[in-house]
This record gives sequence, structure tokens and C-alpha cells, in this order.
Amino acid sequence: MNRDWQQTSGTVADALRIERVAKRFGAFTALDGVSLSVKKGEFLCLLGPSGCGKTTLLRIIAGLEAASDGALFMTAGESERNVTRLPASQRDYGIVFQSYALFPNLTVAQNIAYGLKGRREDKALRVTELLALIGLPGAGSKYPAQLSGGQQQRIALARALATSPSLLLLDEPLSALDARVREHLRREIKALQQKLGVTTIMVTHDQEEALTMADRVVVMNHGVVEQIGTPEDIYARPASRFVAGFVGQSNWLAATSAGVGQVLLGDALLGATVTPPRPDGHPLELFIRPEDVQLHANWSPAEAQVANTALAHVRKIELLGGFYRIALSVPGWGSQPLLADVSRGEFERLNLSPERLVPVSLPANRLRAFVPAGAASAGATA
Amino acid sequence: MIALRARARARIAPERSQYAAAGLLWALAAALVVFLALPLAAILGKALSGDDGHFAGLAQFVAIAGGERFWSAVSNSLAVSVTTTLIVLPLAYVFAAALTRTRMPAKPLFRALALIPLLAPSLLPGIALVYLFGNQGVLKGWFPDGSIYGFSGIVIAEVFFTFPHALMILVTALSVADARLYEAATALGAGRIRRFLTVTLPAARYGLISSALVVFTLVIVDFGAPKVIGGQYNVLAVEAYKQVIGQQNFPKGAVIGVLLLLPAVLGFVIDHLLQKRQRALLTARAQPLVVKPNVWVDGLGVLACTLIGAAMLLILGTAVAAAFIKLWPYNLTPTLAHFDFDNMDGGGWAAFFNSVKLALATALFGTLTVFGGAYLAEKTPVAPVARQLVRMLAILPMAVPGLVLGLGYIFFFNDPANPLHFLYGSMTVLVLCSIAHFYTTANLTATTALKQLDAEFEAVAASLKVPFWTTLWRVTLPVCLPAMLDIARFYFVSAMCTVSAVIFLYTPDTVLASVAVLNMDDAGDTAAAAAMATLIVAVSALVCLVFSLTAWWLGRKTQAWRTR
Repeated sequence: MNRDWQQTSGTVADALRIERVAKRFGAFTALDGVSLSVKKGEFLCLLGPSGCGKTTLLRIIAGLEAASDGALFMTAGESERNVTRLPASQRDYGIVFQSYALFPNLTVAQNIAYGLKGRREDKALRVTELLALIGLPGAGSKYPAQLSGGQQQRIALARALATSPSLLLLDEPLSALDARVREHLRREIKALQQKLGVTTIMVTHDQEEALTMADRVVVMNHGVVEQIGTPEDIYARPASRFVAGFVGQSNWLAATSAGVGQVLLGDALLGATVTPPRPDGHPLELFIRPEDVQLHANWSPAEAQVANTALAHVRKIELLGGFYRIALSVPGWGSQPLLADVSRGEFERLNLSPERLVPVSLPANRLRAFVPAGAASAGATA
Repeated sequence: MIALRARARARIAPERSQYAAAGLLWALAAALVVFLALPLAAILGKALSGDDGHFAGLAQFVAIAGGERFWSAVSNSLAVSVTTTLIVLPLAYVFAAALTRTRMPAKPLFRALALIPLLAPSLLPGIALVYLFGNQGVLKGWFPDGSIYGFSGIVIAEVFFTFPHALMILVTALSVADARLYEAATALGAGRIRRFLTVTLPAARYGLISSALVVFTLVIVDFGAPKVIGGQYNVLAVEAYKQVIGQQNFPKGAVIGVLLLLPAVLGFVIDHLLQKRQRALLTARAQPLVVKPNVWVDGLGVLACTLIGAAMLLILGTAVAAAFIKLWPYNLTPTLAHFDFDNMDGGGWAAFFNSVKLALATALFGTLTVFGGAYLAEKTPVAPVARQLVRMLAILPMAVPGLVLGLGYIFFFNDPANPLHFLYGSMTVLVLCSIAHFYTTANLTATTALKQLDAEFEAVAASLKVPFWTTLWRVTLPVCLPAMLDIARFYFVSAMCTVSAVIFLYTPDTVLASVAVLNMDDAGDTAAAAAMATLIVAVSALVCLVFSLTAWWLGRKTQAWRTR
């Protein structure tokens, strides 16, 4: 919540401003009027499925691709300048590509020093400093091919940071690595970014990566921004059906709208967050995360009073490591399948078994209603 | 207008260093137009003009089609080309299969033997055949009454000449194999023959078609071998040469040149279409085939390769031996008399040194031009029109026989109205023609090497504010050094051996070794011709050796990063 306040205060200068940037390849629109601004020192993630335009946007920011329309502004020192038509070399950023693009015939030290100017001793000093920073001291005389993927990735990062650019661009920097290394590097990159305070934009299709690393996440789809917000915003309060579906696990239940803040699910009236309000009888899709579905040990009068509660059949119980995933169906709510995640401790307390009926409630503040995907184009933007 | 303006607005201003790249690209595009496209246009123009020099439409074609001499040349050319293709293909296939699909010993040796013909001009096998089966030949009984002069002689010489070309394509085609397909076929109970017919052959079919097209085209446009061993057997390529050099009938020569362009262009187009389909044939998940030793198969491989290799050596050896023998076959005392070129017609030792000069200049400037062009076309974002032009013109020479290019050069540069007329007859024009003639293969090598480099190197360099030439010097060139040496070696050897393009362009001052071979053979100094051909092979082999050693030495010095 603290972060939300910071963002709206507007006291922090924007390191980068993107205004209605569009990119068309012939008849295909890769980006359709994207606007966003990046605060100084912020870690911003561009998240979306492949082909959503996130990489195109990064390449436009880098000056590797020209925007068909719109403008880009970068802050250098105190003044903001329009960089829309400036070549890459005049934009002041460092970049790490998915392939790392390390020069294979140069040593690690030569790679890191590639963009450095000045005296030889100063360069050597800076390289030593950077190698220590990325935790690979003494690797300077090796060639890239002699290093592991994770090490190469860090060298590429050091090379991008060597000239102390005001902006760091990361193009899916972790996707070529295996899962364990990836998780470790996630933390390292984030820690490094915080230590240096360098404004960073990372492109990724991995939601976990975006949620764990970013200060703010930009979710993109079909060349437009679906939502910009903190990881918490994106996960808990998705602004569109796409975001809700793309990030995390979710239940989807077909329902219809019925008055302000209410929906009709099966035969029951439930309280839900319906934004924007819809006329009665409008088809809706209810969204709730499995971990937000609450199960109760027994059907006491107290539980019966809780809103949005009904009895459910337990259909299937799956152990997924740290928690159980329970498949339910609620006859009173139209018997649509419903998943609930419960911790191991909770599971023992509930004493669940496939034969039992269990009271289940869907907290109204976690139950969000969206217009179904098919009808979305007509309704969502209205 | 609006669309144009919008597009202009949507561009990023080029970096200052890129203006230099754009300038170079346009210069190269212009050079390719002048030294490739315009000479070809000139030959077309000449073919469409009458004897008086005015436009005459297809009159020349009609006139030439009326002559019986022309049709016999056409049918002879086709007969020779088809026969050679039918002989070379199975031989090269067996050789390639032995190299790639058996565990026979001494593979590098056999490979080197098979590539020998690349070091020699196509005149050499012709000369060797004269000594083997000709009127004074040691084995003249095999071809009684001089029947080697003509169809059989040409075919044997062309088989020798085209064998390595077919072999290289087939080795490439056969060295990629998906082991899973063979395992599946074996598991389904397919025997050896069925596996060959259903797995091996379909995978190699594009290679087979491609090598057939290459061999056919090489033979139909070659005039070295038929000139030496063809006797009265008239083929199109020789006919074009006779029309231009002998009778100074330029339009008629141009018409034959245009006709010779047809099979080459057709083959080129078919090959291009096939290559697109070939790519889809191989999947990334293919498992490499590991060949198991098999005494019978390996033994047969050795036998086949030994026989073919021995035939190669016999032909080369005969030419070399003839160069050092006083009077074949009557007086077999060794002598160096045949190397006394200065006392013979044909150009003397100057011809030899001219050839070395030409080869060196072509290797140097050709490599620089080709590599620079490929680099700019692949790695810079500027001058998109020029880049496209360079790419298109770079693949054109593959479809243009040397003979046609040479004719185009005379028509274009011999025209007094041409401001570049002063180049005619100079060494420079020979170098330019050789660079253009072999441009495609060299360009392919350069492009392949460049494509293996990460496409983001330039983007990273730009983000680090490093101009492109620094990255070119520090990264691209060192990484591509082996490919550049390859290009230089290829240019040197090709320039050393070529006859077809330069035969129309030399003057008494710039006569070349390969031309001297032809002239001395024409004058009856066959032994001297053999001696000069031997020298060409020796220099080519020596240069290959030097290049291999240089590559090895440089590899140790600058390519340490390749070893893990």
C-alpha cells in the first residue's frame, strides 16, 4: 500500500516516459498506442504472452526499432529529452539480451571493458570492481565459452552496467537458464539493481519472475497495456479478464449480474466486486483465486450466516507439495467445478474426505466479476 | 505522398558511423552493377542487334537456328552433358557414401585425392587423355583410330573435372542423417535395400538433383576440355569461342552465350527452389547417425574409393609425367626442356607470373570486397535499397557461366563509347572479372560465417556507444578469420585455373598460364602445355598448403576461445 502512495505522489522524476507509442509491420499492429512512465530507480517488468509486443516495445526503447507513432522521453541529469528519433548510441542505456551476445573471442575482462573509455588502469579497476559486484572475481581472463550459462548471464549484466548507464534493459535475461539457476539469479539481479539504484526495464513472459522481481508490472496483450500496477495489484486486483487469467491460478464460474455488487450464480445471489457495473441479467464470469476460497470444518449457525457460503461436494483431493488442491462442486451454485487450495495444517483441521459435504465460502472482496472473453470486445471498453 | 512522409518520419536517425557504411554499400552496389549487371546487359543487347550493330530483335537467333552446324553443336553439347552427369552422379554418390556412411580408413586421404581436380584447369584432363589414349598414347588400343578425340574424350575429361563439385554437394547431403529414421525402419523390419530406398535416398534426393544440375551446367558451358580433346566434335561452348575469337562475329557469339545462360539460369532457379524445401526436411530434434563398423561395407568403400582415386591420380600423373619426359612415348628420359616457355608460343614464363599476379590480386581484393559486402549487407541497418541490391547481385554469378561473363565483358568494355573503355585489356579488368565470376560461392562462405555470429553484437555495441568498425575489427573479423582464409584460398585457386572468362579478355601483355596451356596445345606443343598445367596444379596445391598452415597457425594464436 505504501508503494501505491509513492507512485501517486509524483515527487520522483520519471526516468523514461513513453507516449502513445505504436508500431506497425505492414498490416500487423505490434504496438497500439502504449503509454507508460518509469520512475527513477524503479524495476519495471513488461509481462505478457509471446507476440504481445513487449519485446518490440523494449527494442523501441533501445533504439533498435523505430516507433511508427508516438514519442519517447528520457531524463538525463535534470533535463528531459525527446529520444524518439535518436540512434541507440545516443540514448544512454545498457542492455542484456536473451542470448547474452557476449563476444566469444574476447575474454571476460575485455567483454566488460568493451564500452569503457579512458586509461587502461582505470578500465582494469572498473572491471575488477564489476567482477566483484557480480560475484565472479578472478574470472576476467576466461573466455565466455568456458563459463556456465548463469555466469555468462552475469558477465553480460556487468558489461551492460560498466558505463553506469541511466537505464538498464533486460530482454528475457533468464529464459535460457535452468530453473534452479534462474531462481538464484532472480534474487541476485534484484539485489544488484537495488544496490545500484539503476532504473531497469525487464521483458519476461514468466509471471513468477515478474511478480518476484518488479516494483511495478506492465501486463501487455495484443500490443496494448492491460494493466500497470504493483505485483500485489496485478495478482489480487486484476483489472481485466486477461490479466486475471494470465497471472496465477484461477477459478472461472459462469454467472449473471443481479443488481449493484451482486451476481446470480446458479440459484444463489452472491456479493461480488463488479466493475464496471452491468445491467441485470448480463452474463459474467466470476473469478477467484483457489487460495481465496474458504472451507469450513463444520456447518455451524455461525458459518451459515457468512455471506456467499454453501455446501460443496468434495470431488478430488490432490497433494501439490506444500498445499492441497481440493476439487469441489456446489449444487446450490450450479455445480460448476471449483478449486480450493488449503495448507497442510488447514487440511488436517478440516478433516476432508471425498465422501463429505463441506461448507465453502467465496469472500465477496476476493470474488471479481468480468465480462466473458467472447463478449469482452463489445463490453470491456464501453 | 502521405504514406511516404509517414515512413520517413518513422525512421531513427542513423548514427554518424553508419553514414560510412551506407556509402560503402552504395559503392559496392554500383560496382556490382557496373562489373556484373551491365556486362550481362551488354551481351543481351549484342544478341539482339544485327551485324550492322542496330537493333534487330530475334533476327540473330533465327539466323543461327537455321544453320545445321548450330543444331549439331546443340545436340553434341546435350549428349556430352547428359552422359557426363549420368556417369559422375553414381561415382560421386558411392564416393560420398563411403566417406560419410562407412568406417573405412584413410578418409582424409581419399577426400584429398577426390578434390585434386579442383586445383587444375579443365584443360589438364584433356591433355592427359591425349597422352594416354591419343594417337601416340600408351593405351591407344583402348580407343582405336583416335576415337578418344571427340565424344569419349570430352566425357572422360569432364567426369574428372566435375567429380569434386558433385562430391562436395553429396557429402553435405549425406552427412546429415536422422538416426531415428533408420532405427524406426529397422524396428519395422526393413532390410538394407528397403532402408536405402525409403530413408537414405529420399533424404539425399535434393543433393542428387542439385549435383546433377551443377554437373550438367559445368559441362555444357565448359570449353577447356572439348577444345583440347574434342577434335572435330563441335560443342556450343567451343562454337561461341570460335565465333568471337576466330571469326570476330560478336552477335553470333552473343546469341550462343545467351543460349548457354539458359541451362545455367534454369538449374540455378531449380536448385534455389529445392534448397528452400530441403531446409524444412531437417528438424532440430534429429539424432546424428553413428555409423557402425562393417568389414564388408568398409572394404567395398575402400575398394571403390581406391579405384576412383587411382583414376584421378592416373590422369593427373600422366599430365605431370608428360611435362618431364623428353618425347612421349618414344624417349622417356627426364627433361626440363618443356618448361622453357620463353622459347615457345603461348606467352612464356610471363604468362605464369601474370597468373600468379592475377590470383594474388583476386584473392586479396576479392576477399576484401566479398567479406566487406557480406558484412555490410548482413550487419548494418542502413541503406536498405543498396543492401537488397547487393544481396541480389551477389547470387547472380552462380547462374552466369564464365564464358558468358567473359563475352559480356568484351561487349561492355570494348565499346569505345564506354567511359570505362580504358580498362579493356588491362590486368585490372581480369581481376575484376575473376572477382565477379566467383562472387557467389565466396559470398556464401562469408554470409554463412557471419550468420553464425550473434545478431545482437551490433546492438550491444551501439548501446555501449562503440562505433561499428570497432566491433568489426575486434570481434567480427577475428571470429570470421577462418572463413576469410577459405575465401582467399578459393579465389586464388579459381583465378589460377580459370580459362573460360579470361580467354576473351587477355592481351599479349596480360596472357595467363591457363590461356598459355590452351595456346601451346593449339600450336602443337602438347608437352609444354602439360608442363604449364602441371605448374598451375603445383602452385594451387602449394597455396592450399600454405593457407592450411596459416589457418592452423592463426588458429592457435587467435582462436584460443574456441576451445573450452
